[in-house]
Amino acid sequence: MNKASYSSLVWALMRRDLSVAMRRKSDSINPLLFVLMVVTLFPIAVGPSHEVLGRIAAGVIWVVALLASLLGSERLFRDDYVDGTLEQMVLSPAPLELLALAKIAVHWLLSGLPLVILSPFCALLLKLPLDGWLTLVLTLLLGTPMLSAMTAIGAALTVSLGRGGALLSLLLLPLFIPLLIFATAAVESTLLGMPAIGQLMFLAGFMVLTLTLAPVAVAAAIKVSVN
Amino acid sequence: MTLLVTAQHLTSIRAGRVLFADLSLQLHGGDVMHVEGPNGAGKSTLLRMLAGLLPAQSGQLMLFPEHCHDDPDYWRRQLLFIGHKAAVKAELTALENLAIQAQLDGAVIADPWQLLETVGLLGLEDIPAQQLSAGQQRRIALARLWASHAQLWILDEPFTALDVRGIELLQQRFAAHVQGGGAIILTSHQRLSWQPPQLQRIAIHSPTDTGLQYE
Repeated sequence: MNKASYSSLVWALMRRDLSVAMRRKSDSINPLLFVLMVVTLFPIAVGPSHEVLGRIAAGVIWVVALLASLLGSERLFRDDYVDGTLEQMVLSPAPLELLALAKIAVHWLLSGLPLVILSPFCALLLKLPLDGWLTLVLTLLLGTPMLSAMTAIGAALTVSLGRGGALLSLLLLPLFIPLLIFATAAVESTLLGMPAIGQLMFLAGFMVLTLTLAPVAVAAAIKVSVN
Repeated sequence: MTLLVTAQHLTSIRAGRVLFADLSLQLHGGDVMHVEGPNGAGKSTLLRMLAGLLPAQSGQLMLFPEHCHDDPDYWRRQLLFIGHKAAVKAELTALENLAIQAQLDGAVIADPWQLLETVGLLGLEDIPAQQLSAGQQRRIALARLWASHAQLWILDEPFTALDVRGIELLQQRFAAHVQGGGAIILTSHQRLSWQPPQLQRIAIHSPTDTGLQYE
């Protein structure tokens, strides 16, 4: 196999996962619905005043984003494991890391990207001051690929455990915390009129690091799980 | 004939039971190896071990010994493994499944419609696999055999859920593959109606319990 066929394999795998997702839409719509529900319930619960909502908006959106990414994350490799595709991926002439990257990319397209697109709407509902919108979208744009990559590591580790859902959440949440701190700090700085470039740079660095190492970790975890 | 597989003193212990011990085998191009044994004897374990999905607890296993030094990934291209999980996506149609299978195998399907006709799925190509019968899903998985250029096939219960015509068809494909210098390792509870020229039988006996022996 040469490089051209590797890239066509990656495209084929992404197209396959996307068309599977298109045929079971509820799986990808569910987390987004969860985000929207929480974001609409918050103003009702804490009252619609600008001061309170505007201050907690970024935090709420980010916490919801983290929890939404855990919803259904155990399904990431489950179907492939159950029907035997994961075995074939291990045995495929193409490097498993590349296939893992394709799975991460599809997961981001289905869960992270819609969240980024939805975030201005959430910011509107939670009355986040307009100055913070761009920073919020940027933090989500940099942060959600990380969420997908780390979720993939956890999902690959727990795929053979049958019901690994609770374990998966316990494994992943501590890893999400630095992301949460930097992302909300970035929005906070902008709202205080300070530059948020430092935090954004940190997020970008984390993202590059995670996306570089995650495929290797996922591939290793899949090999263990298939045994 | 070229040596494709050589294994010496393979041992597998699962959950305290010795499934097989000190198993040695050799497979050349043109050989067919029929692994026999009762349920739970460790046939699938042996096949998964030979395919590189399970590490051997002891012993040595080498696939394609002539090539393993100059091209460490050679065996991945020359091995085709179909386990009892068929790797057929339930949401996708037969045609889509064939395409992704071929991509994963690194094979090129010149004419997918021809392939569908060969395995008897023409006319069902746009129905999601979950609505097809077990035998038809099996045919989607086995269609890989017609697209594949791999030398070594490892097939776990390939005849499961197939009808008489399907079994006949599969054995014709086996014969063509062996004729072309390929080799097959398979498990099956039924006797092969086709007599391959170089047939080896390996029987794995019922396991002995070592978990209960205390010193």
